Amino acid sequence: MLSSPPAGRTLTNDMTLIIRDKALWIRRRSFQMVYEARLGHPGGDFSAADILATLYFGVLRYDPTNPTDPSRDRFVMSKGHCTGAFYAVLAAAGYFPEADLSTYMKPLSMLNGHPNRNYLPGVETNTGPLGHGLPVATGIAIAGQIDGTASRTFVLTGDGELQEGSNWEAALTAAHRKLENLTLIIDRNRLQQGARTEETASLDPLDDKWRAFGWHVEVVDGHNYDELFNVLSESPKGRGKPLCVIANTFKGKGVSFMHDNVAWHHGVPNAEQFEQAMVELV
Amino acid sequence: MSAAPQPNGVYFDCRDSFAATIESLAEADPRIVTVVSDSVGSSKLGGFKTKFPDRMVNVGIAEQTLVAVGAGLANGGKLPFVSAASCFLTGRALEQVKADIAYSNVNVKLIGQSSGVAYGELGPTHHSIEDLAWLRLFNNMKLIVPADPWQTEQAIRAAAAYDGPVFVRVSRMPVPALQRRNPVFEIGVAETLVDGTDATIIANGTMVHRAVAAATALAAEGISARVVNMATVNPLDETAIAAAAETGAIVTVEEHSVRGGLGGAVAEIITGTNPVPMRIMGFPGFVPTGSADWLMDHFGLTPAGISDAVKQTIARKK
Repeated sequence: MLSSPPAGRTLTNDMTLIIRDKALWIRRRSFQMVYEARLGHPGGDFSAADILATLYFGVLRYDPTNPTDPSRDRFVMSKGHCTGAFYAVLAAAGYFPEADLSTYMKPLSMLNGHPNRNYLPGVETNTGPLGHGLPVATGIAIAGQIDGTASRTFVLTGDGELQEGSNWEAALTAAHRKLENLTLIIDRNRLQQGARTEETASLDPLDDKWRAFGWHVEVVDGHNYDELFNVLSESPKGRGKPLCVIANTFKGKGVSFMHDNVAWHHGVPNAEQFEQAMVELV
Repeated sequence: MSAAPQPNGVYFDCRDSFAATIESLAEADPRIVTVVSDSVGSSKLGGFKTKFPDRMVNVGIAEQTLVAVGAGLANGGKLPFVSAASCFLTGRALEQVKADIAYSNVNVKLIGQSSGVAYGELGPTHHSIEDLAWLRLFNNMKLIVPADPWQTEQAIRAAAAYDGPVFVRVSRMPVPALQRRNPVFEIGVAETLVDGTDATIIANGTMVHRAVAAATALAAEGISARVVNMATVNPLDETAIAAAAETGAIVTVEEHSVRGGLGGAVAEIITGTNPVPMRIMGFPGFVPTGSADWLMDHFGLTPAGISDAVKQTIARKK
């Protein structure tokens, strides 16, 4: 049984250093994976890196040696195309050897372009088609509610992904059932595959939409570890609502030529770009 | 009435068998939950709701979330039975069935209610004559089409006992209790209800008792037709199909489209092993307005229609 964190926990300087170090490593390692595979979604990997590092090295309760421990917190990677960052953080968390990352998208690799729970420990459900994570996470949270467990369920979606109607079906059920053990994190980088979300099918005012659906909403800087940690680690007990964290981020965060640049949704670096990124990611 | 006359004239709604079985199983297995999309009454789960109010999850009219919540509940240690009208469960939520249930390979049971043309006059939006064709593509998902109340109970019990994704296609069309010499049910194993050597009728679901009646009529004409109840469409009982091919003529009958269902599945096996004259009976596609019984009569899914098809197929033997 995994123990619950103490109440009123705050982010110490030591933890911040660890999370920052892990986030940097996730960016460097995932970019190398994309560089070597000649495939991937590095822009979204980078916008999500700080969120993933904060979750896995500050918030989630899990045991990589017992990945199906019933008492674990669940993390569902709904933006399943960002496997560069997801696989990197799973390896960093100890679910599988770091060396496996070098097989990314190679024939017969366990590291498919989108995650498969039957290949890898730490993957809760197979994602890839968008709009699947939140409805599945809602089901996980309902199981926890029925059993009265302390387990929390976190799901990370992209923002463009919210154009899928299935999310809003699940939003209704999660609010109706007052799933306070459910937390949705939206990687609000404002860029989808082809253009800005607001130029494609507008999402704003996004916070008002989630409030109108009956959720508790917090808007944070998705690259600020203190803000992420505080909002994600606060006990949900008694809130009576599911939590939606809108994490404002930048696609390609951390590398100058990728920053907020739609071309890096599934861009692949050449040798010069890769070297430049490694110089910047320190 | 297209249904074959029965000695005792008693007909059953297999949903009642489903409901009684799931209530019985839930008494013994606390993991069992039901998941519905405003489909409590149409699934006949009112009794379950009364007995286990905290173990029924109703997501409202939202089939994508219905199926996904089933996957999530399994992740959380539950044994979910997701029950809704088959047309919406499989058609509206097909990608959730593919990605969240089949590809994720989770222990969820999908119960497709009122399948086939049971909704008759309501039209093709509410018919589910495509479900087997869609779901048959998910190779790891067991597909069961029970033919009567006893087999419905057996299918639900087998689904609960099996660790993995299962779809059970339940009908609301009245069917008689079949006469069996050896009442044993196992996923993937067909049962021979009538012995025969001139041809084999392979049927499932609501078509089985019609096939038995057709064989009885054919016997009076001196034609020996075997009747195989192929309740499991995935995996198919390839041994039973190989044996059917030895009779030299095969007629498949299903309350489903002739494209990609039981007939298509049997044909895939036969073409690779022992091709024999074959006829696939079912619906051609979108059907005109009519009651379920009228539609079955109109498309020849009657004892007389099946008998004719058997004779025509035997005539094609070389």
